[in-house]
Amino acid sequence: MGLEYVRITTGFEDYMPKDYVDLVKYGQFGKDYDIQELGTFKELVEEHPMCAGCFMAYFIRVFYASLPKPEDTIVIGTAGCARLQLSQAAVPFIYGNYGDTNAVASGLKRALEIRFPDKVKDVVVVAGDGGLMDIGFGMTMHSWFRRERFTTIMVDNEVYGNTGGQESGMSPKGVQLKMAPKGKKFDKINAVELAKAAGCVYVARISPTNPKRLAKTIKRAIIAARHFGPTFIHAYTSCNIEYSIPTEKVLEDARNREKKDFTFYEWMSDDVKNYFEQIESNKEGQEVKV
Amino acid sequence: MKVVPGPEGYIPKVAAMEGTNLPSSPDKGLLFGEEVDEEIAMREAAKALLTKPNPTIFPGPKILWGWSPTAFEEADAILELAKEIPNCRIIPMPDYRPKYPKIDPEAEINPNHPNLTILHNRIEACIFVGVHCHYANLSLRMIRAGTNCFTIAICGELGHEDAMVTLRDAHGEKIRKFKDILIQVRNELGIQWEPKLPPPNPSLPKENWETVSFHDYGEYAFLLMPKKGEIVTDTE
Repeated sequence: MGLEYVRITTGFEDYMPKDYVDLVKYGQFGKDYDIQELGTFKELVEEHPMCAGCFMAYFIRVFYASLPKPEDTIVIGTAGCARLQLSQAAVPFIYGNYGDTNAVASGLKRALEIRFPDKVKDVVVVAGDGGLMDIGFGMTMHSWFRRERFTTIMVDNEVYGNTGGQESGMSPKGVQLKMAPKGKKFDKINAVELAKAAGCVYVARISPTNPKRLAKTIKRAIIAARHFGPTFIHAYTSCNIEYSIPTEKVLEDARNREKKDFTFYEWMSDDVKNYFEQIESNKEGQEVKV
Repeated sequence: MKVVPGPEGYIPKVAAMEGTNLPSSPDKGLLFGEEVDEEIAMREAAKALLTKPNPTIFPGPKILWGWSPTAFEEADAILELAKEIPNCRIIPMPDYRPKYPKIDPEAEINPNHPNLTILHNRIEACIFVGVHCHYANLSLRMIRAGTNCFTIAICGELGHEDAMVTLRDAHGEKIRKFKDILIQVRNELGIQWEPKLPPPNPSLPKENWETVSFHDYGEYAFLLMPKKGEIVTDTE
């Protein structure tokens, strides 16, 4: 896709469904909306089949509203809850096999650089804790070792929610789940430190309670990946079904976890830090060539 | 194998695996799975569109989005064709993403469950045009499995075995040729028709909300505009 594609052919404006006409007229393509304007523009994803009260659904909504260039973005997902919503968005989506998202993203990013040498195409992997830190661990780590220039976002619900509630490497120690009644015997994997050690240039851990901060983190991760190397966001997106969190307590739970093990943490390499100081002090917010 | 309108039943065999080959050259087409000159295929397609109930054109993303200059030219040609088919409708397939909970079958067609649109609108003849080949193949087979719709594939590439009529290498010029043959067949059948565009998409708002003014509310405008000095305290 590209911005030049987001136009309806002459005469067919009257035959397109309203959703698509609105996407072209009032959508995010080619515009830079602030996350606080959510609700005043046509969003890239609206309806989805996620469970009521799913915090991941909320995260993905904010994720799409924060994309710096949705017309030049490709999202990659894998088996798990997130892909149910990711595949319904008006942004190209690729379904990787379980665990190979980062390998697919590596190839895709390289191919896009060859195919569109004069354009920047953003590749973003959005996958769960199982897809990235358990089954896809090897491919995730190796994409970081190779310093592939794309963003990896782990939507961590701390369980295999789709398949009945097995423990994952990211489940907290001692937690009892439906398919893990004895309780987990070892600690949660420290994904953020692993990402730093493996060569990510921008790493963040976030409990998405503050949409403005979340949007800024996502934008920074995507922009840093364009110029410097792999970036990683570890986001807490609770599973209210498997962890039995009442729908109205989901946000409260996220705030509680934010006070404990999901305090906002952001780390970036010196190059990236200098770069953001440069562009964020620039009043017009123009990106600078590196 | 003779590729005829269904319903063929659940998961019919793919026509390509039953010995149907794609047209061997650009001036050939397929009619019920057999290679014929494209004029013959066009005439049969025209007859189906003129005689079967609720003829509909399903334009795909390659026609609907202005991704290249040829898309605009082909879009023009399709609209010219639509004008000439009596009581034709255009139901678009703007992209291929799954839709939850369900599409509006009067407003769009989705390749993952095309029969929702076909059966809801009782479409018995349709044209697929500008749909990427892998999704056209998927949809055409599903339509043959579950409906009695006569499918016509106007393909810019090599054609589709699962359609009743296939035209290959079809771009603006060939679509206009098809239109001319359709007019000729229409005249032969003695069908009177003044060319006009199909009705717009029913999902679009009937009014332009950007330019709507108080005066458009006619006698009810007073409900929107308080009178001088009037303070409305009680609202619904």
